[in-house]
Amino acid sequence: MSQANQIDLTKIKPYGDTLNDGMMQFSFTLPVPCTDEAKEAARQLLMKMGMDEPAVVHAEDLGVGFTYFTMYAKCTHTVDYSSIHVPKVESDVMDKYGVEDYIKDNIGRDITIVGACTGTDAHTVGIDAIMNMKGFDGHYGLERYKGVETLNMGSQVPNEELLAKAIEMNADAIIVSQVVTQKDVHIPNLTNLIELIEAEGLRDKIVVCAGGPRVSHELAKELGYDAGFGPGTYAEHVASFVVQAIVDRDLINR
Amino acid sequence: MQSKLNLDFSLVDKARASAGKIAEDMQQFIDQHTTVTVERAVLRLLGVDGVDDLDRPLPNVVQEQIFDAGVLNMGASYWMGNAMIQTGKTAQEIAEMVGRGEVNITELPQAKLEDIRQAIQPVAEKSVELIKKNRDDRERMLVEIGEGPKPYLYVIVATGNIYEDVLQAQAAARQGADIIAVIRTTGQSLLDFVPFGATTEGFGGTYATQENFRIMRKALDEVGEEVGKYIRLCNYCSGLCMPEIAAMGAIERLDVMLNDALYGILFRDINMQRTLVDQYFSRIINGYAGIIINTGEDNYLTTADAVEEAHTVLASQFINEQFALKAGIPEEQMGLGHCFEMNPNIENGFLMELAQAQMAREIFPNAPLKYMPPTKYMTGDIFKGHVQDALFNMVAIMTGQSLQLLGMPTEAIHTPLLQDRKLSIDNAKYIFGNMKNLGEEIEFKQDGMIQKRAQAVVSEAVEMLSDVEEKGLFDTIIEGKFAGVKRPFDGGKGLKGTVTKDENYFNPFVALMLGGDR
Repeated sequence: MSQANQIDLTKIKPYGDTLNDGMMQFSFTLPVPCTDEAKEAARQLLMKMGMDEPAVVHAEDLGVGFTYFTMYAKCTHTVDYSSIHVPKVESDVMDKYGVEDYIKDNIGRDITIVGACTGTDAHTVGIDAIMNMKGFDGHYGLERYKGVETLNMGSQVPNEELLAKAIEMNADAIIVSQVVTQKDVHIPNLTNLIELIEAEGLRDKIVVCAGGPRVSHELAKELGYDAGFGPGTYAEHVASFVVQAIVDRDLINR
Repeated sequence: MQSKLNLDFSLVDKARASAGKIAEDMQQFIDQHTTVTVERAVLRLLGVDGVDDLDRPLPNVVQEQIFDAGVLNMGASYWMGNAMIQTGKTAQEIAEMVGRGEVNITELPQAKLEDIRQAIQPVAEKSVELIKKNRDDRERMLVEIGEGPKPYLYVIVATGNIYEDVLQAQAAARQGADIIAVIRTTGQSLLDFVPFGATTEGFGGTYATQENFRIMRKALDEVGEEVGKYIRLCNYCSGLCMPEIAAMGAIERLDVMLNDALYGILFRDINMQRTLVDQYFSRIINGYAGIIINTGEDNYLTTADAVEEAHTVLASQFINEQFALKAGIPEEQMGLGHCFEMNPNIENGFLMELAQAQMAREIFPNAPLKYMPPTKYMTGDIFKGHVQDALFNMVAIMTGQSLQLLGMPTEAIHTPLLQDRKLSIDNAKYIFGNMKNLGEEIEFKQDGMIQKRAQAVVSEAVEMLSDVEEKGLFDTIIEGKFAGVKRPFDGGKGLKGTVTKDENYFNPFVALMLGGDR
C-alpha cells in the first residue's frame, strides 16, 4: 500500500521525512542577548505554539543584544484539509492566443485596459510585468495582445487620475498594482479607488482588479474588487479573467 | 591594467567622446536656468533652516516669496544679500521675518549688484568652510579609525522611524556593514520641499530631513568607534529636491548619495529640464563635499530586459560620468551603477553578468562602482534568493566591484528584518573572504563567450551614444530610448519651478565649490 493512501486528509500535519512526524523549521529573533536563558525562552515559545521537542540548532547575537534562532520542532496540531474552501479567481486561464480568439469570437470589439501603480507606491515592476510589451519571464504583456488597447500610467498615480483616464478612454477594465505594503498602506489606497469608482456610478460598468505580492483574491474581493492577483501572476491570468468577466457581466455593449 | 575582455579601447574613447558632447550640449541649457530647489539649496547654504508657524520650511517660504514676485531669475542670493544689507540681519533672521509676514524681501530698496555680491560672499565662504571641514573630518577618521575592504558592504534600513533605524543600523555595523543607507519614505521624491525635524512615521522608509541625518550620523560615528572602522552614511539625492538634499548632506557629513542625472526623469516622471538643472548643482555640492555619488542605471533593467538592454546601462554610465565631470566630481567619487538582474533561468546568464561587471570595471577603472543585487527575479523563495545573492557576490569579488548593495533573501517580500540583514552580510563576508583573490588568478578565454558578450555590449553602446549625440539627449528621452520609458519635454512634475536666469543672476557657491565661474 502506498503511503499516499495512509494520509488522513481530515488530520494533516507537517512532513519532514516520516508521515505525520510534524517536523517544522523556524527562524526568528528574540530581543534578548544570546544566553542559555534565551535558548530556553525560544524553546518555551515553541512549546506554547503547540510544538513538541523544540531544538535550537543555531543561535547567534545580532549585534544589539538580540538573538537570532534557527530551530526545529514537531507540530502537535492537525488541520482538516477536506473541509477547506478558498475563494479563487474563477475563470479559465487561456494563453495569449486563446484570449485574442476569445475577444474576437465573444466580444467582437477591442477592449481597453488602464493600469497603474497608485498612491505613493513608486514600484512599477508588477504593473510593468503585466502590461508592458515585453511582459515578464517569457510571458508577453497585455500591450502585445491583439484586440487589447492598454495604457500603463506608471507609478505614484493618484486614484483620481487613474479613474479620470479610465473614463476618458472608456476603459473596460482598471488594473491596479500595489507593491509597497508596509504597515498595510495598500489597504486604504485600494479602498479609496473603489469608493471613487462607486461615487462615479461606474462600479457596475467596469472590471476592476488589484495585484501585488501581498494581494490575494480573497482580500481583493473583500475590498470590492472583481479579482485579486498575487505572486506568480502573468498577463494571461489577468487577461483571461478580464475578458470572461466582460462577457459574464454583460459589459460588451455598455 | 591588462584587459581580460580584449576590449577595443578606441571604441571606449569614441563612446566617451560622444557622451562628452552630449553633456556639453546639455550644459548650455543648464547654465541658462535655475530652479526653485536650486535656490532653496542656496538659502540653506546661507544658513536658512527651520519652519514657520504653519510648519512650512523657511527655505520654501523665502523662495516662494521671490518666485511669486516673478524675480527668482535674479537668484535667491541676490534678494537675500540685498535684504542683509537693508536690514543688517542674518539670512536666518530675515527668513524668520518672511515667515511671520513682516517683510517682503523683493520690495526693499535695492543696493548695487557689486555690494550685494560682497555682502553674500563672506557668508557663503563660511558655509563652504564648514563643508570643507566635514570633508577633512571624514578623511581624518578614515585614517584614524580605518575602513573596511572593498567591496564595501552596503545595506539599507527602512523602518520609517529614525530611532528604530538607528538600532538596525548599529546592529548592521556590528555585523560587518560598511555603508548604511536610510531608504526614504515612498513618495518623498515628489515633494517639492524637504520636511523638517526628527520623524517616526514613514512608509517603506524614513523621511530625509536634516535632523534625521544628524541623528544617524551621530549613531554611526559612535558605532564606528566601537567596531574600529568608519561607517559611511548614504541617502537619496534624487526627486524634486536634489540640490537641497545635497546641501543638507554636505552640512551633516553624509558620505554617499544616490544622485543620477536622468533617474528622476525616467522613473519619477520629473520634468527633464528641471532634473538636468537640479542634478548639476546637487553634484557640485556632492563633489565638493567629498561625497560618493551613486548613479541609478540598475533601475533601467528593472523595467527593460537585462540581456537585451545591457548597452543602455553602459551608455548611461558614460553620460553620467560626463555630467559628473562637469560638476567637478572626480572619478574616485563616481559610484556608477549597474546590477545583476538577468533571468536566473537563462543558460550561462552568470557568464554574461560576469562580462558586464568586468567590462564596467575596465572601462571605469577609478570609479567606485555600485553593484546592485537581483530584485526583479526574486521570488519569495528565500532559500533560492540566498543563492542568487551568492552568485551576485561572486561576480562582485571576481571583478573588483566597490560598493556592494547586499541583496536580501527576503527581497520581494518585505523591507529587511534584523535577521535578514545578518544573513546577507554573512553571505557576502564568506564569499569575499573565501574567493578574495580569485579575480587576479583568472583570465577569460580568447574570443570566448565572456569576451564576446562584453565586446558586443560596448559596440552597441557606442552606436547608441553616437545616435544620442546626433539627436540630443532631450529627444532621445522623448523617444523612450532609455529603460523603454518615454517622457515629453514639457511633461512631468516640476517644470513650473524651472526659471531662465537673468544676466545678473548669481550663485556664489558654484564658483566657490567648482573653483571657476559658470
